[in-house]
Amino acid sequence: MVIIEQLVTSFIASAGFGIIFNAPKQTLVKCGLVGMSGWIIYFIMETNGFEPVAATLAASCFISVISQVFAKMYKTPIIIFSVAGIIPLVPGGLAYDAMRNFVQNDYNSAINLVAKATMISGSIVMGLVFSEVINQIIRKSKLKCN
Amino acid sequence: MENQTSYTDKVMELCLMAGKIMLESGAETYRVEDTMMRIAASFGIRESHSYVTPTGIIFSIEGELTKTKLIRVTERTTDLEKIAEVNSISRKISSGDLSLDEAYQSLKEIESASLQYPFWLQITAASIASGCFLIMFKGEWRDFIPAMIAGGVGLVCVTYFHRLVPIKFLAEFLAAFIIGFLSVLFVKIGFGYQLDKIIIGSVMPLVPGLLITNAVRDLMVGHLVSGLSKGAEAFLTALAIGSGIAGVLSFM
Repeated sequence: MVIIEQLVTSFIASAGFGIIFNAPKQTLVKCGLVGMSGWIIYFIMETNGFEPVAATLAASCFISVISQVFAKMYKTPIIIFSVAGIIPLVPGGLAYDAMRNFVQNDYNSAINLVAKATMISGSIVMGLVFSEVINQIIRKSKLKCN
Repeated sequence: MENQTSYTDKVMELCLMAGKIMLESGAETYRVEDTMMRIAASFGIRESHSYVTPTGIIFSIEGELTKTKLIRVTERTTDLEKIAEVNSISRKISSGDLSLDEAYQSLKEIESASLQYPFWLQITAASIASGCFLIMFKGEWRDFIPAMIAGGVGLVCVTYFHRLVPIKFLAEFLAAFIIGFLSVLFVKIGFGYQLDKIIIGSVMPLVPGLLITNAVRDLMVGHLVSGLSKGAEAFLTALAIGSGIAGVLSFM
């Protein structure tokens, strides 16, 4: 039940972001699919006791790979797909908690949370980079074969 | 000789226009450079160089008479559809389906066309997305509508304030402040329940997702200047949102 709820909401949220960023009409459903698959990976890993950092890394890597596949298939720039997928992973909740602690003069826990949020943002970046590297390697090996 | 110069001029004009549209719509820097050089190459110009930063384009074509032009880009929005359109035009040019004049014509059309979704649809999308984010961040369904309202109002505010004051930071700060204020109000009058979740969900439409991904991709392909400056822009936006929310919280 919870999974279905998460699937539906993450699909709608990612497609909604497609509209805000003015993605072409025919790609909106695919944006939603990318966002949904990434979020569900994150959600399942996180509820099964993985660290949020590891879950974010896996999800963002998967999003990046699937966006690259879609970009190749539909001959459109890759950012159309990856942007909508990445947004749910942004550690908004942690950043908010950190901000609240700063305001309440509780600097120790605030810095703690900031460090956590930074780690998660870093893992989003690492996921993107990782799949980019894989993509480059595949492209290079194809060139050599030809 | 005269003919040759006017031909080069035309190609240059075309490349710069394609680059300008893409940069203004929020494409990655390396994609802009790549597209411009590809277009030039498919019109028979073997040596061309482009240097793109988020705020300007320098393009130079080498030949008997080397020409260099500079274009300043001040206004940057997010319009993925225009990027896709220019991309498909550049594909058509490379495959030889479009002549120089045809390509120029269709780029002109794209530049002046407004391909944006209607504003009400964007607002609706933002509000529904805010509600969905609330559920994704383990909020409760009874907070769905408060988050929707706060998120929608937030996007309206950021667009409206940005028109009023051309400083993006201020517009985002004010929008975040209003989101925080509305959420506190909803909780105070008993319409909403979990303040934290409502704020987090409804702030999401303001998050600089495109800037973050672009910054990373630019950095990775070696465009250090663009990557860093886009990263700085993303950081500023995050700071604006954070301080707007913090402003509300400190009054509580």
